[in-house]
This record gives sequence, structure tokens and C-alpha cells, in this order.
Amino acid sequence: MKIKQISVFLENKPGHLNHAAKTLADAGINLVTLSLADTEQFGILRIIVKEWEKAEHLLKENGFVVKVNEVIATQVRDEPGGLAEILDVIEKAGLNIEYMYAFTFRCNGEAVMMFRFTDTDAAAKVLTDSGMNVIGEIDLFDKSC
Amino acid sequence: MQALWNDSEGLFNPASAPDFLPTQKLKDLQLQRLRAIIRHAYDHVKLFRERCGANNLSPDSVRELSDLGKFPFTVKTDLRDTYPFGLFATGMKDIVRLHASSGTTGKPIVVAYTDEDIKVWANAMERTFSCAGLHSGDVIQNAYGYGLFTGGLGAHYGAESLGATVIPISGGNTERQLMIMKDFGSNAICCTPSYFLHIIEQAKNMGINLKELPLRVGIFGAEPWTMEMGLYMERETGIKCIDIYGLSEITGPGVASMCLHQRGLHIFEDLFYPEIIDPESGDVLDDGEEGELVLTTLCKKAMPMIRYRTRDITRIITEKCPCGRTIRRMERISRRSDDMFIIRGVNVFPSQIEAGLLSVEEALPHYQIVLTRSGGLDQINVEVEVTPEAFSDKIAEVQALQKKIAHAIESIIQIRVTVKLMEPNSLPRSEGKAKRLIDKRAQE
Repeated sequence: MKIKQISVFLENKPGHLNHAAKTLADAGINLVTLSLADTEQFGILRIIVKEWEKAEHLLKENGFVVKVNEVIATQVRDEPGGLAEILDVIEKAGLNIEYMYAFTFRCNGEAVMMFRFTDTDAAAKVLTDSGMNVIGEIDLFDKSC
Repeated sequence: MQALWNDSEGLFNPASAPDFLPTQKLKDLQLQRLRAIIRHAYDHVKLFRERCGANNLSPDSVRELSDLGKFPFTVKTDLRDTYPFGLFATGMKDIVRLHASSGTTGKPIVVAYTDEDIKVWANAMERTFSCAGLHSGDVIQNAYGYGLFTGGLGAHYGAESLGATVIPISGGNTERQLMIMKDFGSNAICCTPSYFLHIIEQAKNMGINLKELPLRVGIFGAEPWTMEMGLYMERETGIKCIDIYGLSEITGPGVASMCLHQRGLHIFEDLFYPEIIDPESGDVLDDGEEGELVLTTLCKKAMPMIRYRTRDITRIITEKCPCGRTIRRMERISRRSDDMFIIRGVNVFPSQIEAGLLSVEEALPHYQIVLTRSGGLDQINVEVEVTPEAFSDKIAEVQALQKKIAHAIESIIQIRVTVKLMEPNSLPRSEGKAKRLIDKRAQE
């Protein structure tokens, strides 16, 4: 149910994002998706890759500060109210979302929300029990082709 | 009296005997040496003789220790003005060694030693190592730079005099330092605290757990470091951090040292006589009062220093040390007048910023202070490298860390600071004295 996400600390300076991206590209690691959260002074790059252990090791070796967390990927119905439906479930269960980001699969164009919850395990259970389409690791990497 | 071949237990080093003299005997010895050194300097150093003459002073003016207070000060510029050999009190034929300090501005400062001066220096450093609980049979890795800098050779001679096994590795090549530390089983490391920080970091990268090595003590000097930094290093490595104090003008390292009780530094005052003065008026202050440390070399023949103003702020600790040494202690020097900067009219010492930074739980030890000016307003930027432990994937948590650090520093210096988190290894690493302060204000 839970997906490993790698977060990388970046100074807000030209070339720093590229350095991280290139480190992974040179090793042939493909990004399923990414999100960049930034402030005036620094940014946090969050990435989802299949070979997360290899990516973590590579980034660390190249001097990046890295943290691995678990997030939850949930498919969203591609119609009005699709997202609201999921958020309703989350709200009713009193789950706290730290942050979220969206992406679509390349093959079939299905939309997916990535959620970082304060309590990942509880969230996984609530979403599954409510019949939401939570995507597991295998599915996620399969569908991303 | 030196440690002999069978003094390897470390219970008591005979060379440390002067540290335990009864106070009156110590004073008698100091007075006897003071009279002799004043006469020696008067007879052989023109500048000193002229200054004495201008104040109607002669060697006969010294009847008791407090008479030293009548004599003129020597300051750093005196050494520059008489560059290179103007303050030498012996001919070159008696001088066996020259050292020089890194002149940050212009000409360096040159210091000289007779054969006997070297022995006295070795004795002071031997007593320093004894303070740190080291003895013959211990392996001492000396990572101070060998060369014109007094640190390397000063520690080297002291460690040999102690009968310890010296590894004269000098500074730099950190991977090799760690390999040797592990393979040779070093019990002590001598280096600047900023270099040891680098060693800690490199050990982590190499997968070496310093806590599992026989290393038990670090002899850290040549730059001021805060108690907070010491606690960080002790926590990370399991060693004891010993602060040592010295300056080339007086002898090099070996003027004063912490003992294992780690409360202040014992001044080897049978060799280096301390006074604390009011830096403004020049008046001698009582023990316990804070002021500038002034030192007089009681035994140095090649280049006697009478009342040398160190620019270091401290006070004499009057309470007895549990270690039993009777020589006086001074408070650790966390504030060097030379390092002080003035920002928006307030005096700030880099050590205050370090203390604040390391008082937060995440303790990030790699930092740099950058002073900038924008729109006529001076600003303190503290650049701090983030560590994996302190980093979070949540923006709010990282910002909270920034705020926490800024707040800890601001509560000490009472001026707003901007904390900038940096990627690891983005700040320069030092193998000797770290350059923590960068003042860009003149450029803007």
C-alpha cells in the first residue's frame, strides 16, 4: 500500500536541482514522478522511483541530504468530484495531510494523488476500507511503464 | 624533573611537580625568575630598555611580583615593527630555532628559541599532556601542522618528553589520519577543533565508529571553541575534549591547559606569569575579575616577552581545582578581541553564535558567519549545513529548525540573524584554523 518517497534538500541556487536530477539520470534511474516544494531559501525535492534504495545511496554518495518516507498513492476518478470524494473520506476520518501532489500515468492518462499523511498506516487503512483505489508499489511501477 | 623509563602508569608525572608547588614557594620561584628575566630583557632588548628609561624603571624596580605592573606593555605591533629579529635577546649563535606566525596582514611575527627555551617549552607541553591524563605508553597522533607554525613541533617535543609514542602525521589527508588512528590505536589526537570536526565527518563516511577506537582524548587548541562544540564532539566520539592555550609570541602551545576536570585552564605560571588587566585603562585587576590576559615569559631567553597583551578576554579562577594542582586556572577563552565584530553598534563574538547554534537539539556543527550590508543595514547571516538527522521532507519542519536556530542565537546576541540552511559540504573544511567569519560589508 505504502510507497517509498525520497526527499532531497536543495539550496535555492541555480544548478542544484539539475545536479540531483543528473545524478539519477546518469545511473539510468527513471523518475515516476516528482514534486518540488520551495521557499525563498531552500527547496525540497520529492521523488518516486522504482529503485529507491539505489537512488538513496547514489544521492547520499554525491553529498545530498536525503530522507526516505512513506506516502500513499490513490487513483482519482477523472471526473468532477473525483478529488473531493477522496478528501471527504480523509476529512471524516480526521486524518492529517502533510502535503500532496498529483500526476498522471504516461500510458493510460489516469490521475493519481500522492499523499503524505502524518499517520501513514492509519490513512492506508481508512482509504482502503472506504473503497478508494489505493495503488500499491507493484501497480504503480507497472502502470508508469 | 622528567618522567623516567618506569613512570608509565600515569598516576603522577614527575614533570608536573611544579603544578603542585605550595603557593608561597611558587611565588618565590616566580619572583626570582621575574627579576632575572627583567634584567635579561633590559640588558639585551633595546626597545624594552628605552621604554623602561622613559618611565624611570630599571631591573632594580622589581622588589615583589606586583612591581611587574609598573612596567610597559608589549603589543603585537611591537613584533611587527621590529621584524624580523629586533626583539631577540641573544645572538644567533645561541638560537636553535625560529618559528613564525601566519601574518594575516602583511609581515609575519618571528619568534626565537635557545636550546634551553625548547626544553622549557617541551616541559610545558609535557605537563599539558599530563593534565589530559596521558603518559608514556600512550600513542599520540599529532595532527597539528609541522613547520613554521608552533603547534606541530611544540606538541611533538612535549609528547616525546612525556615518553609517549608520537605519530608526527601533521595536518591534512583525513582518510589517512583515520586509517592510522585505527591501525596504530592512537589514544590521543592533537589538532584544531575545526579539523577534528572534519575528522568526525570523514569517519562517518568511511564507516569508522570513533567510539570503538582506543582514542580517549583530544588536545584541541590554536583557535577558540565553545563548550557546546566540545559537548558535541564528546557525544559523537566518546572522547574527552581538552582545551589548550598558547600563542607563538609567548612560546606556542603549552601556556595553559585544561585538566580532566575540564573546568578552566591551568596556567603553567612558574613559566608564564599571568596578569588580568582592564583593556581600556591598562590597570591590573584582581583575581576573579574579567579582563585582558597579559603574559610575561619567566624563562624565555632568546626572546623574553614582558607584559605581552594577548587581546584574549578571561578571568582567573580562584577556587581550588579538584585535581589538586595549585597553579592558578583561567576561564576558557571564548572571546578573542581580534575576532570580535561590531554590528549595528553591538559587539559580537563568533563564539556566541556557535554557542547558540549548538545549543539546539539538532546540533549542526558546520557553519559560517557571513556579514553583509544591504541598504545601509548590517546583517548577520549564519550559514549552516543541514544533516540527514535534522532534515525533514516537510517544509514546515525545516523552517521550524531554521527559526529555532535563529532564536537560540538571537537570545544570546540580541540581534536578528538570518539562518540559511546549506547542503552538506558546501562550506569550506579546515585542516588548521577555521575561517568562520566572512565580512562582506565593505564590498557592498
